Amino acid sequence: MPLWRQLTRGLRVLAHRSAADRELDDEVRHYLDEATESWISRGLSPDEARRAARMEIGNATLVRERVRASAWEHVVDGVCSDLRFGVRRLGNNWGFTTVSVLTLALGIGATTAIFSAVNPVLFEPLPYPHAERVTMIWDYGVDGSRIDVTFGTYRELSQRSRSFDAMAVMKLWQPVMTGAAEPERFDGQRVSADYFRTLGVPPAIGRDFDAADDRVKGPNVVMLDDGLWRRRFAGDAAIVGQAITLDGAKYTVIGVLPPTLENILAPSAEIWAPLQYDASLPPEGREWGHHLRMVARLRPGVRMADAAGELRAIARAPVPAFVRQPWASFRNGLIVNALQDDVTRAVRPSLLAVTGAVLLVLVIACVNVTNLLLARAAQCRGEFAMRAALGAGRGRMIRQLLAESLLLACVAGALGILLAHFGVRALVALSPAGLPRVTAIRVDAIVFAFGLAITTLIGLAVGLIPALHASRDDLRVGLQQSSRQTAGGHRLTRRILVVAEVALALVLLVSAGLLLRSLQRLFAVAPGFNAPHLLTMQVQTSGRRFVQAAAVHQFFDRALEAVRAVPGVESAGFTGQLPLSGDFEKYGVQFESSPNDDPREDHSALRYAVTPGYIESMGIPLVRGRRIDAHDTPDRPPVVLINESFARRKFPGGDPIGQRVHVGDTRRPWSAIVGVVGDVKQTSLALGQADAVYVPSAQAYFADNPMWLVVRARGDAAAMAPAIRNAIWSVDKDQPIVRMATMDALVAASAGERRFALIVFESFALVALALAAIGIYGLLSGSVHERTREIGVRSALGASRGDIVALVMRQGMALTALGASLGAIGAVAASRAIVTLLFGTSRLDPATYVTTSAVLVGVAAIACGVPAWRAARVDPSVTLRAE
Amino acid sequence: MVGAVAKPRTDVIQGTLDMLILKTLSLEPMHGFGITRRVEQISRGVFKVNPGSLLVALQRLERAGWVDAEWQHTENARRARFYRLTRAGRKQLEIQTTDWTRRVEAITRLLKEEA
Repeated sequence: MPLWRQLTRGLRVLAHRSAADRELDDEVRHYLDEATESWISRGLSPDEARRAARMEIGNATLVRERVRASAWEHVVDGVCSDLRFGVRRLGNNWGFTTVSVLTLALGIGATTAIFSAVNPVLFEPLPYPHAERVTMIWDYGVDGSRIDVTFGTYRELSQRSRSFDAMAVMKLWQPVMTGAAEPERFDGQRVSADYFRTLGVPPAIGRDFDAADDRVKGPNVVMLDDGLWRRRFAGDAAIVGQAITLDGAKYTVIGVLPPTLENILAPSAEIWAPLQYDASLPPEGREWGHHLRMVARLRPGVRMADAAGELRAIARAPVPAFVRQPWASFRNGLIVNALQDDVTRAVRPSLLAVTGAVLLVLVIACVNVTNLLLARAAQCRGEFAMRAALGAGRGRMIRQLLAESLLLACVAGALGILLAHFGVRALVALSPAGLPRVTAIRVDAIVFAFGLAITTLIGLAVGLIPALHASRDDLRVGLQQSSRQTAGGHRLTRRILVVAEVALALVLLVSAGLLLRSLQRLFAVAPGFNAPHLLTMQVQTSGRRFVQAAAVHQFFDRALEAVRAVPGVESAGFTGQLPLSGDFEKYGVQFESSPNDDPREDHSALRYAVTPGYIESMGIPLVRGRRIDAHDTPDRPPVVLINESFARRKFPGGDPIGQRVHVGDTRRPWSAIVGVVGDVKQTSLALGQADAVYVPSAQAYFADNPMWLVVRARGDAAAMAPAIRNAIWSVDKDQPIVRMATMDALVAASAGERRFALIVFESFALVALALAAIGIYGLLSGSVHERTREIGVRSALGASRGDIVALVMRQGMALTALGASLGAIGAVAASRAIVTLLFGTSRLDPATYVTTSAVLVGVAAIACGVPAWRAARVDPSVTLRAE
Repeated sequence: MVGAVAKPRTDVIQGTLDMLILKTLSLEPMHGFGITRRVEQISRGVFKVNPGSLLVALQRLERAGWVDAEWQHTENARRARFYRLTRAGRKQLEIQTTDWTRRVEAITRLLKEEA
């Protein structure tokens, strides 16, 4: 109650300030009257009584002030008047205010935008209950890399391990839905029964998968994503229990997941079906293939390290109840890591680098505004001295200056958050394909709070130095000196700030330069094929008609004929996996000439099942022998092509043609090497060359499906897309075609992460350069302004215009040189942070350092030139008379 | 009577002003100057109430809910702000009085002991 009274009384006073003042005045006056009366009644004359009363009460104004100051609303009132005064002062100096607000808005906006992108990926917990307990489990490959687990491993772990609440394995699944509307292919997952329990996300409607669903020949059931449910089934809850047709078979919908589900392991998945692998683990079956992602939820209280230890112990102690195949023995243990670390692994370096860059921009922006505030404070010294002389306390003046800088920061912050809103969209558009949680990137409450926090921090930071400076000034000096004369302390601080600004700008410039050079080097790397004029797309057969391999082959053959008949198509071919598409499919390869004795060596190679025309269409050079052609049919002896570096390694100095190999299954007949082709970059332009084998798809012992179609066009490849699609659908209109892209786009996307970092760094470096130039310009023009008289005297005494220009330029360029040298040292240190993003470029690449420093010095020279030119035009007769 | 002004008077003991005001108001509602005079009279001129401190204290007591304030006309037809003790104020006065008595007794005992 008293607190409430405090609040309401205070607010009433704030709302009706003048009425409250009047009441207080009345009360004091009444007190005085009563006192006077009381003295009169004691026998004093009215005049004497009045004087006595006045003596008793003291200074009435002071009494009123004391009463006012004792209430809390007085502080609020003070701050309000500080702010009002600040608004007036800022309004009186539009140029200064605009430049400062824009500079800070840029800094706050950029920082907030980057924060909003980085926060959900690096810092925020994943959107699952107790997300810190969700872990990924990987097997070790022969070369020590992490690889997918087998179903056998999963089964053993899920029965023997005690560290986890739930475990699940999953693989991607791309069913095609047919029925009423046109066929549509969905991205989905085949998951073991506990998948959603492991993530901790129960269905919104219907039920989750259970053990009865997830068994071999189990029921055809699916769960739907909220988005798919709304898009294709009008958000009708009655869909649960009904059947839909996927790949020609009926599936019953059993549940719909909530809209909040963020399926980080397969962000595009919209539909889920149980895995339905065979728990009896037939040795030749898919149950022993390394192709399942494994995710597990730790039991509460179990640490990651303990769980890893338990799995290691299980791995080392096989039991007869769980048979292991030699290639899935996991004796080397298993890798356990947090899902969050797992999904951010790839993007962490570029995100951290970008965060560092934006912080530099923010610091530069702050330094710049501090400098502007200092310059202005220097001009207002007389005013502050006057105020101090009239009794303004130091604290009061600091408070007033801070109120002003906070005001500046708040306006800038509002603008900055608006800027961030658009910046975030640009960032999402720019973001590399591997960036997880893109949908979570937006300006939300947390981002807003962050923006507000840095705004406040900045308001205090930029205001503090000028405020301390202004309040420390010696009164007398301030009052006596006209503002035109110099003030040593300010100038030193401002110079230090400009040097810092130049140094930080160079750090950003060098980093951007290094990234630019890396990207140039990367795109200069020959991918091993001729990317321009290539159109690629994934074609898939689906449905019961294609259970037989022959039917699949027949469809692809006829589709290829139809595509080749399209006008403008030079050549075309199919391949099982496409370079730079993200595919990475390796098979064990055994040469007749060199048995795979050494178990530590990796005996696998990328395997491409290709049709005739693929090698030609891609423009992969034939080094020796022949390509795959139409005669390599299933009834002819099996053949294979290998790539150049593989041939050189396996047959140093010898001829590989005619040698024999096994690709995959060793029980099948040997395949003869008939040709050697050039090396191709499969995973990324930046990675080294992997071994590769090409087999005719017609001779493969199973039908690869889906296949990638590669079309070489005579003209613009992208423009061919509709014609190609129609050609394929003319063969069979029910077959989905997806992931259509030109090869050029795939090449560009493969460097997406570096390009993202480069674009961000480039724009930040430009901003930094501009701010540094403004800083130098501001300092020098201020200095020229302050020294007008001195310059006048100099020219009156015979200094030429050249002398004056040199005088000013020397001052500016000395600061630039100092800043650039410090910046170079800083850049050497900072380049460590981007070293993982560099390619073919040393982080100490001298050319980059020299070029960027030259750019910086050039811009600084222009920034110095303008005030220098203005100084040279100072007319001595005018300035001297003005004194 | 000028002597009355010159007569040495002490400021109210630190921290007791609130209690004195509450006590004074417990007799009847009063305006600011009335409180000053009453305190001076009852203390036989020992205590002098500083008008600034008084008004600050009244504002504080009012916001604490111990007194209510209201503009009324005095007997000589002036408009004055009259303060009146609330129920909470009466309770507060009791608490403060008890507390004060306890302290005074303790100090008195200590002083006697010394003597």
